[in-house]
Order: sequence, then C-alpha cells, then structure tokens
Amino acid sequence: MSIATTENFETKPWGGGYSPFNVRWGKLYMWIFLVSDAFTFSSLLIAYGALRHRWTHIWPYPGEVFTHFPFIHGHVPLAYVGLMTFILIMSSVTMVLAVDAGHSFKRKSVQLWLGLTIVGGLMFVGSQAWEWYHFIEGSEEGAFVLADGRFARTDNLEPGVLLFHDGTKIEGAEAEQLKATATKNIHGANLYESEYGPTPLFGNFFFFITGFHGFHVFSGVVINFIVFVLVSKGALDKKKDYELVEKVGLYWHFVDLVWVFVFTFFYLV
Amino acid sequence: MSDHSLEHTAHGHDEHEHHETFWTKYVFSTDHKMISKQFLVTAILMAVLAMLMSMVFRLQLGWPDHKFPFLETILGKWGKGGKLDPSFYLGLVTIHGTIMVFFVLTGGLSGTFSNLLIPFQVGARDMASGFLNMLSYWFFFGSCVVMCASLVIETGPASGGWTIYPPLSALPQAIAGSGLGMTLWLVSMVLFIGSALLGGINYVVTVINLRTKGMSMTRLPLTIWAFTITAILGILSFPVLFAAALLLLFDRSFGTSFYLSDIFIGGAPLHYSGGSPILFQHLFWFLGHPEVYIVLLPALGLASEVISTQSRKPIFGYKAMIGSMLVIAFLSFIVWGHHMFITGMNPFLGSVFVFTTLLVAIPSAVKVFNYLATLWKANIVLSPAMLFAMGLVSFFISGGLTGIILGDSALDINIHDNYFVVAHFHIVMGSSAIFGMFAGVYHWFPRMFGRMMNKRLGYLHFWLTILGVYGTFFPMHFVGLAGAPRRYYAYTAYSGFDAAININYLISAFAIIGGLAQFIFVINFFYSMYRGKRSTQNPWKSNTIEWTAPIDGIHGNWPGEIPTVYRWPYDYSKPGHDDDFIPQTTPYSETKKSNLAGEEK
Repeated sequence: MSIATTENFETKPWGGGYSPFNVRWGKLYMWIFLVSDAFTFSSLLIAYGALRHRWTHIWPYPGEVFTHFPFIHGHVPLAYVGLMTFILIMSSVTMVLAVDAGHSFKRKSVQLWLGLTIVGGLMFVGSQAWEWYHFIEGSEEGAFVLADGRFARTDNLEPGVLLFHDGTKIEGAEAEQLKATATKNIHGANLYESEYGPTPLFGNFFFFITGFHGFHVFSGVVINFIVFVLVSKGALDKKKDYELVEKVGLYWHFVDLVWVFVFTFFYLV
Repeated sequence: MSDHSLEHTAHGHDEHEHHETFWTKYVFSTDHKMISKQFLVTAILMAVLAMLMSMVFRLQLGWPDHKFPFLETILGKWGKGGKLDPSFYLGLVTIHGTIMVFFVLTGGLSGTFSNLLIPFQVGARDMASGFLNMLSYWFFFGSCVVMCASLVIETGPASGGWTIYPPLSALPQAIAGSGLGMTLWLVSMVLFIGSALLGGINYVVTVINLRTKGMSMTRLPLTIWAFTITAILGILSFPVLFAAALLLLFDRSFGTSFYLSDIFIGGAPLHYSGGSPILFQHLFWFLGHPEVYIVLLPALGLASEVISTQSRKPIFGYKAMIGSMLVIAFLSFIVWGHHMFITGMNPFLGSVFVFTTLLVAIPSAVKVFNYLATLWKANIVLSPAMLFAMGLVSFFISGGLTGIILGDSALDINIHDNYFVVAHFHIVMGSSAIFGMFAGVYHWFPRMFGRMMNKRLGYLHFWLTILGVYGTFFPMHFVGLAGAPRRYYAYTAYSGFDAAININYLISAFAIIGGLAQFIFVINFFYSMYRGKRSTQNPWKSNTIEWTAPIDGIHGNWPGEIPTVYRWPYDYSKPGHDDDFIPQTTPYSETKKSNLAGEEK
C-alpha cells in the first residue's frame, strides 16, 4: 500500500486525500449498511428473548416441534434445520471461493462458485418453505385446550396420548374423555394460535424472524443472480473489476451469520 | 492506492458542461447542492404545515369556550360550528409532533446541511454516491406525501401521539385515528427510515473516504464532526424503529400478539395474548432518545461554526467539543429508560437510567462553557445567523436545566406526561434545533443561492421568534407543575387546574405571534432567492473551504484541482497576521509572522 506520495503531507491514513481503509465507497457503504441491518435483527432477537423469558414456563420446546425429516418416519429433532444450516454455511464457502476467483479475474471459476452459491441459497429457501409447511400443517390430532384450562399436545407417533408441557402423559379412556370435553381443538399454527403451546408468540416470532431472514436470503439470491448474469456477460471483465462480487459476498456472509444466531436462539436454546 | 479513492474525485469537473434538462437539474438531480435545496424547501413547507396545526390547537387550548367560524371554513367537518373536533385535536397534536421531529428537524436539518456542507467542507466533488443521495431525497419526499395524505382521509390521521404507543396504535378499531391514518403513518415512517439510512450511510462514507488532501480528522470543521456523529446515531437507531414498526404493522394487520395481551374492545374479548406494550416502548425509545441528539447535534455543529466565525475567535476547546459530542452520542444509547419511569420498571433499573441520564449533563455543560468562552471578549459580529446561534445556546441552557429535573426518576414520576415535559423538550430540542437550522440558513444562504438574505427582516424574525418561544414555553412549565396533563382537549371540566390553566390564553397568544413571525422568514427566504443582494465570494470572511468554491455553484464544486488544506478551520484573529482570518487553504509557509512554535513543520 503506497499511501501519500507528496512529501509535504502527513502520511497518516486519516490525513485526507485517500481512503483510510483503502477501500472504495461502495464496499464501505455495504459494511455500514450491514451494521445497521445487524441492529434490526438484534432488536428482533432481543424482543423475542424478552417475551420468551416472560413466558418461559409455557414456551414450547423447539426439539419437540421441529421433528420432521423428509422420507423418515419417526422423530429426528432439529435434524432438518441442522441440514439447512449446513447448506447455508456451505453456500458461504462457495461464495468465498467465488470472491477469491474474482480477485484473479477467473470468470469461469467465478461463474461456477457463484452458481453453486445461488443453488445453495435456493435450497435453503426451499427447505424453509418445507419447514413452514409442516409447522403450519401440524399433527393429525392437533392440540386440545381442556375443560380445566390445561393445554395438551398430541403426537402422530403416539396416537391417543395427551402430552403436557411438564412431561406427564395421559392415555387411554381418560384421554378420550378429556378430549371429548375439551373446549378447543387447535390444528397446526397460524398467527392467532398454535398447537405447540398455549401462547401465540412462539408461532408469531417463528414466522416473523425466520420470514424476515428468509426474505433477506431470497433478496440475496436475486442479487447474486443479477451479478451472475453480469459476470457471464463479461461486464466485470470489461471493467477489470470484480469488486461487485465481493460486495454481494459481504451481504451473503452477513445473512449466513445472522442465521447462525437465529438458529441458536430459536432452535437450540 | 491513490487510483482507488481519487478516481472518484478526478473526473468530476470535466463533466460540468454536460446538457441538463429541467428534470435532471431540479427534480432527479444527483448534485449535492440541489439535493440540499430540495430537502430545505420540502422541510420549510412541512414546517409551515406543522406550525399552522399548532396554531389551530393553541386556539382551542387558549380559548376553549370560544367559537372560531373560520375553522369550519378551513377544516370542514373537523371544525363544525367553529369548534375544533376533539379527535381531530389529537390528530393535530400527533402529526404536529411527527412532522416537526422527523420531517423538519431530522430530514430537513440533516438532509439540508449534511448534503450542502459535507462535500463542500471536506473538499469533495460530491457525495460518495450521488444516485443513492437522490434516492434518499425521494424516499423523504414520498414519506412526506404519505403523511400529508393521512390528513385528508375520512377517518383522520393517526391520533395516538407521535410516540404511537400500543395498544391504541395496534388496534385499528380502537379510535378513528387508529385505522387507516395509523397505517399510513407507519408506511410513511418506513419510507422515512429508508431515506435516513440511505442518506446517513452516504454522509459517513463521504467523510471517511473523500476528504481532500491535508484534511485530517482534526482539521475538520465542527459541523462535519456533528453531521458524522449524527449520521452514525441514525444508522444505529433507525433500524430499531424499523423493527418496532414492522412488528406493530403485523399486530395491526395480521393479528400477531407482539405488543398486545388480553384485551377487550366494547366488552368483547380479542384473541391477543402474551405480548407486551412495554416492549414497544423499549424499542421505540432506543431510537427515540438518540433521535433527540440526531435533532440537536447538527444544530450544535452549525452553531459552533457560526459562533466561531462571527466572534472572530477560534472555537474554544475544539477537541473538547468533539469529545463531548462523542460522549453525548454514546450516552444517548443508554438513557432511553428515562422516558419510561412510570411503566412499572424496577426502581433499581430506574436509578441506573437516572445515573446515565444525569451524566449527559457533563458533556453538555462542556459544550455550553465552550460557547460562552468563545463569545467571551470577542469582537462579535451580530449577523442574524449569530443571533440565532446565541439563541440556541440560551435554549440549550434553560432547557437543559429542566432536563436535570426530568432525568431524576423521583421528580419525573410526579411530572411525567404533563406540560412541564412539553415545555422542556420544546425549548431544549425543538427550539434550539430550529434556531440552529435558522442560523444555518442565514449563514449559508449565500453558499446555496449566491445571494444574501435581508438582514433587517432577519433581525425582526429573530426578536419576534425568541419572544414567541420564551413567551410560549416559559409559562408552560408552570402549567405543568400545576399538574395539567399533556394532550387534553380542554381543561374546563377540572376546576383544580383553573388557576394555572388561565395562563393558557397567554401562552396561545405568544405561540400565535411566534408562529406568524415565521412568515417573515418564509418571505425573506423566497424573496432573497431571486432578488437578494448578490453575495461576495466569502461574505462572512470564513476560513472553511466551501467559500473558496465559485459562489454560483458549479458541477463538481471546484474548477480544476480541489484545494489542499494546511490548517484547522479556526484561525481567526491570529496575532501577527494582517487579516483577522486565515483560510484553511493558506499554507503555514505564507504566514510566517503569525505561526506558533511547532506549527511550521
């Protein structure tokens, strides 16, 4: 880095006349935008944490809610979301390779890795749709609000059994009796109520936060696709400048990083 | 390396001959000078609207039993029989606050002066991105249009106060103003946040990357420091309002329960359960408090520059000024709880917020003393801008003192949400910021339009305005201390308030005088734009480099090279120098007689 060539000037990076970080405005803009977007996600996650803390005694266990996996009959808690996370992180790896190829102006290589990143992003968004579908669909019998106000779930693998939040189970005739006198039978989840617990907030936050993140991923896929087209047309070769790939790369890594937090705070904790 | 950052600046001046149509010059302009004018004119129009609103509700508060037939003429069904409709009164209060805080003092103040002065004073051809800058203005314009549209719909504008607390704002069926009016308020605010972010990031990037040669961070005028810190505050706090507004939109439109718990309307239970309206207050005030400084810091920055220039003295404590702004900015993120002392928060947490809040008094006092020390024994030039800047200092002191009272939870709990608070923030935040903005307009009008504003009208405007402000808000403290809550349509039903409320007609009289005085400014502004006296190149004998650029304003700001900067901007009345100012572009080698030891390296 050859900073400041004129002799009479301060050679400090902040002395004026050049960028102190040695970056052009576009990349700096992206970094600062990501800081602001991080604040949006933080406030959503903090809001989620505050309300979950308040209702911690009735908050559903994510491990009991997200148990599905394609083509597997049985419970594999959090396996599918784990796979989604793996796919998204892999798409970050391919993005790194695309950016790296861009540094040495290898167009074919950029196309390959950026293309794979787009595929990874689409797989993630598709998986999220699959997960939403099962979340909305729910179990066969749904949940019951019993006459005494207690909330009981059911599970496809244990037909006829009522499951309570504290781990107790009621089955057989007693369960049938309770179901018959229940005040409400809830199927699946929507924004008003869900079969996973007596508070609508679990579903509310699930839809909002994963939806808001999913929208970011989707936008990222669209932007990546536009850049892919530009790369394929040779527009970046003409300018001898692959910084555009780096800028969308920053955004993509950010979206992945945010997912790690969403995954941790929504699914694992 | 040099090809990186200078590339952007190098080609600018070659293009100023290119063909401009009406649309590219005045409407979809990417030139920072034009965009700043667009912001200013839009903000003036919005300010006039919000001020007229305040005059209408001051009529109601001052003379609650009187009928004003002209109200029916201008307001239609909202002023039937010459009486202001009570629910429209709430709408007026809400929209007055919203417009003044967001559209005039945030969008208008930062939008105008950050856009005008950042490229000029750091020595750049334009903002880092002219296109995103243009977009920032058009988001702002769009949000103004949506907000104005909410005034003319059947059910009236949002009426829950500018802080839009749920549940009132979250249940469309709660009051008339909670319906479409509230939705439009939120849509407008989402556009506004877009504008604030697009603009704010651009300002920061420009200051970091595009400073001219020699313009180190400690040679920046205090205006630029203030604008940069303001932009950072906006970048970190507006996203939180964005999240809060989105959650509110979901509660309103899709039935989620983020801010709503068990609640009845008209005796019928609603389905909401488990949410917390207090959560909204936390999110809102996490923006809301930094917002106070987003409004105030640019005004303080403008005042620093004007006070130093017109005192013909270096600003006292340049680095202390920067430091205190940074400290204020940091503290502003950890004091939001002082807006919420009566929400039932843990008293211990309350005392933590009291502590952090009172800490703000320290950097604020540093600033005030620096202003006073700058004025001390100075050769003061009383231009209208200087008067307004000194008015700002006056408000900052008198409003800051009541801030200490309000920051203490033991006292605040007794006077929360009454007229004492209204008086406090109108002085310390509203009036000082608007005075800073006036100071900026009077001072940089020649830089914007190449003409001077009329001085006599400026003096008249100043004296009537400061009379109006103190006449309005000083007595208002006593109305508050007597216990009168804010946002009431009339106090006639409560005899307990009678003694204090009788001051209201006096307050209203001053408010209307002060309001009408603003038309002097509006007339002066638009008249001087076309007919004002031609400005000289450097009318205030200022050191900053915006006065070295051609006064008529050309594309790219400077013909030829951008000037190089050799010194800080406050070398006024330096002993040993013939003139009482030394522009930043003068090298030390040319001022051998006045150089201090060690200045000539």
